[in-house]
Amino acid sequence: MKDLSSRAGLHVVEQEHLHHLFEDLKGRGYSLVGPTLREGAITYAEIDSTADLPAGWTNEQDGGTHRLTRRKDAALFGYTVGPQSWKKFLFPPVTRLWQARRNGSGFQVLDEGQESPKYAFIGARSCDLHAIAVQDKVFLQGNYADPVYKARRKGIFVVAVNCGQAGGTCFCVSMNTGPKATFGFDLALTEVLEGQRHYFLAEEGTELGAKVLQKVPHREATAKERAAAESTVARAAAQMGRTLDTTSIKELLYRNYEHARWDDVAGRCLTCANCTMVCPTCFCTTVEDYTDLKGEHAERWRKMDSCFTMDFSYIHGGSIRASAKSRYRQWMTHKLATWIDQFGTSGCVGCGRCITWCPVGIDITAEVRAIRESKHA
Amino acid sequence: MAKREPQKKTMAASDPMLPHPYRVQRVRHETYDTFTLDLEQANGVSGLPFAPGQFNMMYLFGVGEVPISISGDPAKSKALVHTIRAVGTVTKPIVRLKRGDVLGVRGPFGSSWPVEAAKGSDVVIVAGGIGLAPLRPALYYLLSHRDSYGRVVLLYGARTPEDLLYTRELEAWRSRLDVEVGVTVDAATGDWRGNVGVVTTLIPWARFEPSDTVAMVCGPEVMMRFTVQALQERGVAVENTYVSMERNMKCAVGFCGHCQFGPTFICKDGPVFRCDRMEQFLWKREI
Amino acid sequence: MQNLESILAEHRFLKGLAPPHLQELVGCASNVRFEAGQYIFRQGEEANTFFAIRQGKVALEIFVPERGAVVIQNVSEGDILGWSWLIPPHRWRFDARAVELTRAFAFDGTCLRTKCEEDHDFGYEILKRFARVITDRLEATRLQLLDVYHG
Repeated sequence: MKDLSSRAGLHVVEQEHLHHLFEDLKGRGYSLVGPTLREGAITYAEIDSTADLPAGWTNEQDGGTHRLTRRKDAALFGYTVGPQSWKKFLFPPVTRLWQARRNGSGFQVLDEGQESPKYAFIGARSCDLHAIAVQDKVFLQGNYADPVYKARRKGIFVVAVNCGQAGGTCFCVSMNTGPKATFGFDLALTEVLEGQRHYFLAEEGTELGAKVLQKVPHREATAKERAAAESTVARAAAQMGRTLDTTSIKELLYRNYEHARWDDVAGRCLTCANCTMVCPTCFCTTVEDYTDLKGEHAERWRKMDSCFTMDFSYIHGGSIRASAKSRYRQWMTHKLATWIDQFGTSGCVGCGRCITWCPVGIDITAEVRAIRESKHA
Repeated sequence: MAKREPQKKTMAASDPMLPHPYRVQRVRHETYDTFTLDLEQANGVSGLPFAPGQFNMMYLFGVGEVPISISGDPAKSKALVHTIRAVGTVTKPIVRLKRGDVLGVRGPFGSSWPVEAAKGSDVVIVAGGIGLAPLRPALYYLLSHRDSYGRVVLLYGARTPEDLLYTRELEAWRSRLDVEVGVTVDAATGDWRGNVGVVTTLIPWARFEPSDTVAMVCGPEVMMRFTVQALQERGVAVENTYVSMERNMKCAVGFCGHCQFGPTFICKDGPVFRCDRMEQFLWKREI
Repeated sequence: MQNLESILAEHRFLKGLAPPHLQELVGCASNVRFEAGQYIFRQGEEANTFFAIRQGKVALEIFVPERGAVVIQNVSEGDILGWSWLIPPHRWRFDARAVELTRAFAFDGTCLRTKCEEDHDFGYEILKRFARVITDRLEATRLQLLDVYHG
């Protein structure tokens, strides 16, 4: 991986030329998805040009708090991650798996194959790239590969953006997932605003990324420009709103399934499932079977689900995890501990979304700290 | 004694979420709410090879899907046999199917009973209620390779005599001189002349050598917990005790997340588990 | 009664009992036999015996009007039948019926209670063993109560 201090493969693209990137990608048949201002937050949607980006906007985040505010400059990516992540595109929240038709006393499944759009992700942050890698392990590296995820994942083009500021709930530094993107991108941009200048330091990640960059006016970066980009990212790293000590965290949580802290959280947690919706790695789904009124046509759909629902663990007669305490404990121990045994990495990428979007501001980093620092933990 | 792993089998590469049509050949009425269905592939092609302890997802057109253990003889896989208890929106209509009706089947999934690894040892099978259904394939295997094992013991507990499954086979197994069969019910009715009491009470008396025994246990989770404890008290090592766990399942292939039990997915790391691997979670609440 | 003593020593319930204590027990013991279907004792009768089953099976029954005799548990080889001799009032709390030919050692309750009072060490050994029997039986009964196979 190139670090910003080496010369090769680092270019500068002036802000006014960025639109060429969009046009080239569109020309190659990509549907661009990127940040837009919508409903009081910065959310990912299909975009057409750089005019759709939330120029001059930023957000303030803290436990249970989110505000959009104006910047003093016109940065295009001057915000920290909003409530959505890229899983919305790689793993659509609602998908039809198949349709079937009744056929005498039997039935026939109409296997349609998966048609998937070709996405270009504009503005993916390092934490979210790690989240995609985490979901790759879930959906592609087991005994079976999920065909929906696989088809969508294969085609994506990623334009990453290195964060120039950290949010109030960010802790990617603790999780070793940022703020600088080190893999998983075709191009990575670092936005620099200095006096009158507004440019992007562009790093090539793949050959395709290099090819695309050829169509965008650019030149090799100077040492000064490289240093400016570097200090932008360093500034973000120094601003982290939260920290999480991951030392032996798996063992810590395995040892403390009966810790009193879980009762404490249970007194606050509404089991609203917001955290699972905004988390970029949460992947639980449910499967629903439908039929038409005549009983001749059936469909199977898959929908995003959450371990916080009462039904999630229901087996004949009742739910295994009936209490709010057991459901919060399941989510947190899965994210930080059992995920490691299941997939070899943490499930958490330090994006802080769960802290921001929890209506009562439950803070996963504070919960770990409370357990770790308690006696006999 | 070497430690044993539950065996794993994976399915062919086609989309694991697509059910394949199977036709009902025969429906047997086991008890007032439990039926055994014999199925064959609707397109007439050869049967579904499986290992004892594995399960299929059974789909009723337009209604839904449930995980059901396979309860037939693994050596006779042309007919797919499932014993199903009618308890919910999917299983109740499934048990009312007739010969010729079609079901969808996905599978087989999951890990299996360690019938290979148990060779050379005594084997104790402890079944509670419908738990005998996923254990029957293991028993079939043991009996058709009888010389490979030491003593073979089946201990089976049910709620009442009317809830006993496979009563004719129980008689047949009991009449074999090389299998010990103990049956008990929680509550006697009619003129039941057999044992009354929970199945754990049969463990101290069964004839097997605890230091060289593999135990396979299946039934309600409470029953399995107490059974594992009773076996340990008798001297059976927890590394030689296997249980079959159950949790809510939607996909059976490790994606939906519903069947998690601690760090394991019951659909792919289980349902058969070696006890020492997950014992700590077996005793915790709401895992 | 050397013969009876060595046979007694083999019974699961009495394993590990020191020879002098075993002898005390032998003094209160006799061999008994019940035919299949025979009632060993009835609910309400005076309870002055306990049995160590050597062979066979005994059903513990309670008669319920409209339901008839309901078997609540079985005891068989190696089990102990009856502890009402220990705790006053000494009355049987259920019926016991031999399901098949059953052989047992019967121990006279009055004789034993006297010996326990005179020799507390002996009494403690006996009580320890009964405590185990009673707790095992209680645990099994609790599991039955849970009705784990319910629909």
